[in-house]
Amino acid sequence: MEQERIFSIRGAVYSYKGATAPALDGIDLEVAPGEWIALLGANGSGKSTLAKICNALLAPTQGACFALGLDSSDPDCVPLIRQGVALVFQNPEDQIVCAIVEEDVAFGPENLALSPDDIRGRVDRALELTGLSELRRRGSHTLSGGQKQRLALAGALALEPRALVLDEATSMLDPEGRASLLECLRELNRRGMTMIQITHIMEDTAYASRIAVMESGRIVWDGSPSDFWGGEYLRRGFDEPGELALYRELRSRGLILPDTRPVVEDILEALCL
Amino acid sequence: MSLEAENVTYSYNVGAAAENVALGGVSLTVNRGEWVSVVGHTGSGKSTLAQHLNLLLFPSSGRVLIDGESAREGSPRARELRRKVGLVFQYPESQFFSDTVREEIEFAPSNWGVVGPELEECVDEAVEASGLDPSLLESNPFRLSGGERRRVAIASVIAMKPDYLVLDEPTAGLDASGVRDLTRILNDIRSGGLAVVQVTHDLKSALEHSDRILVLERGRAVITGAPWEIALYLASNPVQGLILPPLARFAHRMRMRGIDVPIHCEVSAIVEALERSRGARQ
Repeated sequence: MEQERIFSIRGAVYSYKGATAPALDGIDLEVAPGEWIALLGANGSGKSTLAKICNALLAPTQGACFALGLDSSDPDCVPLIRQGVALVFQNPEDQIVCAIVEEDVAFGPENLALSPDDIRGRVDRALELTGLSELRRRGSHTLSGGQKQRLALAGALALEPRALVLDEATSMLDPEGRASLLECLRELNRRGMTMIQITHIMEDTAYASRIAVMESGRIVWDGSPSDFWGGEYLRRGFDEPGELALYRELRSRGLILPDTRPVVEDILEALCL
Repeated sequence: MSLEAENVTYSYNVGAAAENVALGGVSLTVNRGEWVSVVGHTGSGKSTLAQHLNLLLFPSSGRVLIDGESAREGSPRARELRRKVGLVFQYPESQFFSDTVREEIEFAPSNWGVVGPELEECVDEAVEASGLDPSLLESNPFRLSGGERRRVAIASVIAMKPDYLVLDEPTAGLDASGVRDLTRILNDIRSGGLAVVQVTHDLKSALEHSDRILVLERGRAVITGAPWEIALYLASNPVQGLILPPLARFAHRMRMRGIDVPIHCEVSAIVEALERSRGARQ
């Protein structure tokens, strides 16, 4: 059955036990298939809580969250949501469980009681998508930081989810590792994967199709990347990386169009350089 | 007056099957009042080099000269010379052990027998140089923010009154505003006549702030030079783990297309050069 919305969150409130203020304070968010949402916000703004609401690790204390058309407050739906919405965390070490790369990727599907052929197929595809096919027999501990994060992603992909929620998945990586992970995410999105990407790194927003900003448990801005890069991020006090400054300057002089992405390679292409 | 590494070679686990050449003949000169960065991938030998500069490690061959003088391992002279080179380890706040910021900063000088008003002066100077808020002196260092803790760690090294300050990944784990503050402080310290040696994998920060940069790859020196020389080199010679910052990648492409622009420059210079070249074409 084709779902109209991957996520439909309405008036969601979430309070942790003993906390004075709610972590989420009335979230409304509709996400269509194939969207790539970058979710920005300061520490403590509620981004990670929202991530956990999205894959039913938490259920809203008020309001509702439907993921893949399933109600996350219904215990029967919870396992299906967790299978269909994969979560990737900041530290890959937190979700790598096996000593050998391919065994780690197989862990999730094995727990779904699938046939060996089906498992093998899923592992092969996940390794291929994350560019780890050649490293499949390696020890997980011998991988670099960027490779480990791609392994964590492969483990999530082996569940063949409809949506990915990435919670600061690039923040522990060096520039090379970050670039390789972003490239991988771009490919997944091109193939139709819906993504919610939590980050505080401006560069990570370059490929999103939509950007949302959180503050004190609420979404305070939600709009197109072009509007965001056009200056909204400066008004909201985010840092300005060099390529964004360059993008803004060229855009204000009419040398590039607003829909160009603030990425060096895309700006060069727009300028025919 | 300078701090010099001369053809330094160093191996871990000498003679064992896992012998690992961390540095294979690396040279570097740092003058007082200079900011020199050592950049390289994880495992390139940059932390090993930092530990040689402060005589924590001694080279298997080659030598380290502090103001022209070298010393043998374990000699009293080595201990004296080491005082001239303050080393701030990576994540230094993980080594805090005192109940107050003041005790943390007093630790080294009071161990050397500095007492009374002289000790107080020493602490005050270190607090000022590190940009630490003096009202935090009686606070528990474990309760401070990440940026403040980093400053306490730097203050406790400055309290040793070194002539050279070596910092291993000083910006690791700090957010953007923490990095900006720290950079400003290190700049002030350098202007005060100390040498700053920053060991980092953050090429962008090194290019922005250093007078000179040494690039290491698998224990060997690839190139030493001014930031623009390093950017120019890396644009056509990839080095493991180092990606040229976006603006330098942009400038490099413009140069390849025959547009005259410095490889290491600001947004405004890039835009001006672009407009110039468009004007000339029309």
